[in-house]
Amino acid sequence: MTRPEIVDIDALLDNPATRVIVCCGSGGVGKTTTAAALAVRAAERGRRTVVLTIDPARRLAQSLGLRELGNQPKPVRIDGFEPAGELSAMMLDMRRTFDDMVQATAGHGRAEQILANPFYKTISTSFSGTQEYMAMEKLGQLAATGNWDLIVVDTPPSRSALDFLDAPQRLSTVLDGRIIRLLSAPARAGGLGIRKLVGAGFGLFAKAVSTIIGGQLLQDASAFVQAFDSMFGGFRERAAATYTMLRSPGTAFLVVAAPEPDALREASYFVDRLASEGMPLAGLVVNRTHPVLAAVPPSRAVATAEELEKTGTAPLAAAILRLHADRVAVASREKRLLARFTKAHPGVAVVGVPALPTDIHDLAGLREISLRLAGA
Amino acid sequence: MTPPGWTDELTRARLHVVTGKGGTGKTTVAAALAIALASGGRRALLIEVEGRQGIAQLFDSPPLPYAEQRIASAPGDGEVWALAVDAEAALLEYLAMFYNLGFAGRTLKRMGAIEFATTLAPGLRDVLFTGKIKETVGRTDDTGRHRYDAVVLDAPPTGRIVKFLDVTKAMVDLAKVGPIKGQSEGVARLLHSGDTAVHLVTLLEEMPVRETLDAVAELDGADLRPGAVFVNRVRPDRLPAGVIAAAAKGRLDQAEIGADLKTAGLTLTDDDLAELVCETVDHATRLQAERRARGQLKKADLPAIDLPELTGGVDVAGLYELAETLVEQGVRRVR
Repeated sequence: MTRPEIVDIDALLDNPATRVIVCCGSGGVGKTTTAAALAVRAAERGRRTVVLTIDPARRLAQSLGLRELGNQPKPVRIDGFEPAGELSAMMLDMRRTFDDMVQATAGHGRAEQILANPFYKTISTSFSGTQEYMAMEKLGQLAATGNWDLIVVDTPPSRSALDFLDAPQRLSTVLDGRIIRLLSAPARAGGLGIRKLVGAGFGLFAKAVSTIIGGQLLQDASAFVQAFDSMFGGFRERAAATYTMLRSPGTAFLVVAAPEPDALREASYFVDRLASEGMPLAGLVVNRTHPVLAAVPPSRAVATAEELEKTGTAPLAAAILRLHADRVAVASREKRLLARFTKAHPGVAVVGVPALPTDIHDLAGLREISLRLAGA
Repeated sequence: MTPPGWTDELTRARLHVVTGKGGTGKTTVAAALAIALASGGRRALLIEVEGRQGIAQLFDSPPLPYAEQRIASAPGDGEVWALAVDAEAALLEYLAMFYNLGFAGRTLKRMGAIEFATTLAPGLRDVLFTGKIKETVGRTDDTGRHRYDAVVLDAPPTGRIVKFLDVTKAMVDLAKVGPIKGQSEGVARLLHSGDTAVHLVTLLEEMPVRETLDAVAELDGADLRPGAVFVNRVRPDRLPAGVIAAAAKGRLDQAEIGADLKTAGLTLTDDDLAELVCETVDHATRLQAERRARGQLKKADLPAIDLPELTGGVDVAGLYELAETLVEQGVRRVR
């Protein structure tokens, strides 16, 4: 079996050239916790750090002293936390970030017009992809302030890790507006030309779509696109700048997974994708592993447990051996899954983070995770 | 008191919606439930809507097309069928009911207009999905018998479930008139009726339990019917009840344990013994957290059904094992 290299978290955090760490992975693997723990450790090791969380669980947010959505970083002030560096934290407010961006990019009158449009409300709150886009926008803003040595970013809780890279493109397509224009005014926008392009069915389709989603929505969409048109270039430029930053050597991607087939499959896709986009991968973080501690062969443990159960004199000792055998079974399954990943990606460094027996709800818990991440 | 097991009401439900927090094993539970409901000569349909081909992966089969196909058999001559609903295909199918699109459909697909239309109006996707689901639930053969005895939906996670199911509300924004309005009313009727049960999958951990309770409250508020809570990945209770609290605090007599092991012929180094104790303390701490979680879960006041952790991981054989556990706990479909 090839043994993967171990991710040297401390070296990554200490390196002054590391400016951005992006934690990505599928939902439910503990991305936000990983991001928060990394930020805590970086701050304690002397860096001016900010962590951008997307949708933290309430108790995790509280453990960072975050009580509400604040769209600006706030210093983490908790008794007993005196890092050598600094730590600030924030939760992304998707709608506010979008509003701010519209106000910054569009002229004053235009901005009001856009913000009041009903279609804008749909796009800015419930369009799939807006959260990803805004996470990138916020990352770009934080980087531009120059206030931080290190920005640690959590990514939205999507089903697929790839959404983080794909969603902005989806949103961009919608805002580009060509299709909205076609749908809302197919005759005016294209006349015969359009007909040649998409066939005579388009008018029919536009009619069908407007029957289904409602003509009003299409009109709103059309008005929105016209107002948005002038700022679209700026909008795309910003996204392109952030994208370039993601590809720069100052950025490190950490792919986060759990030792489960689904999560590792997603991680695998994502690793391939990063490679094809030329984005710098620092390694794979496998959360909630169950390493075996005692070097007792499971067959021996089970045999001895059976022996003890026969006499019934030492139920606790027997139970301890059974537990150990269970744990070995879980650990070997996890190892098998990881070995499969490593076989497909031999060059990817891996770090396992042993599971804590309880949920994390304070800074001590985050510190414990950060120690485990660093292998300390 | 939490009523145990599968209720009579649930045996009559025709549509079983399975939701849960991400990572709790919703797809696995949905698949095992479909096998259990198909047991004894029934036919169940397992549907997924999120385009991740989770069902195919679970059953170790090639990716599912947008067509119902038989994917497994169930004990006692039962059949499990599967369907991966795709928003684009569903929209085209839907449009074809009212308009003759001809070649235009394909062209539109190529230029991404359909993807666009389904993402433009976020509710449209869910409308199409639930519409298709309703159609499968209501479909009958020539003799008037239902095509499927039960339909099991691997649904979106708890955070989105009410929004997903409550299409009536989505429709207010979308269509005030037109064919889709009439259809969506039928969907809403089915989803809010006793024919539908929304099951929640959880683990015995704080966050999933909290999300489950939140979801139950949200379902109740939307007049949707919560069914059972499936407690997934339950580990066997190994420790004698009396020692759990002490063990969690690290109060275990290492010397005594060492001596007991020695009498059975296992002599360990102090290091190994200490590590064994560590593993045990870890386990006991977790058990306590699990008990707290179970206590919390009682607040949902729903039937709870346990599914054991499969240490070897979930494979096809594992699914049948889980289905068997479900049947043992009373899960069945009565016509």
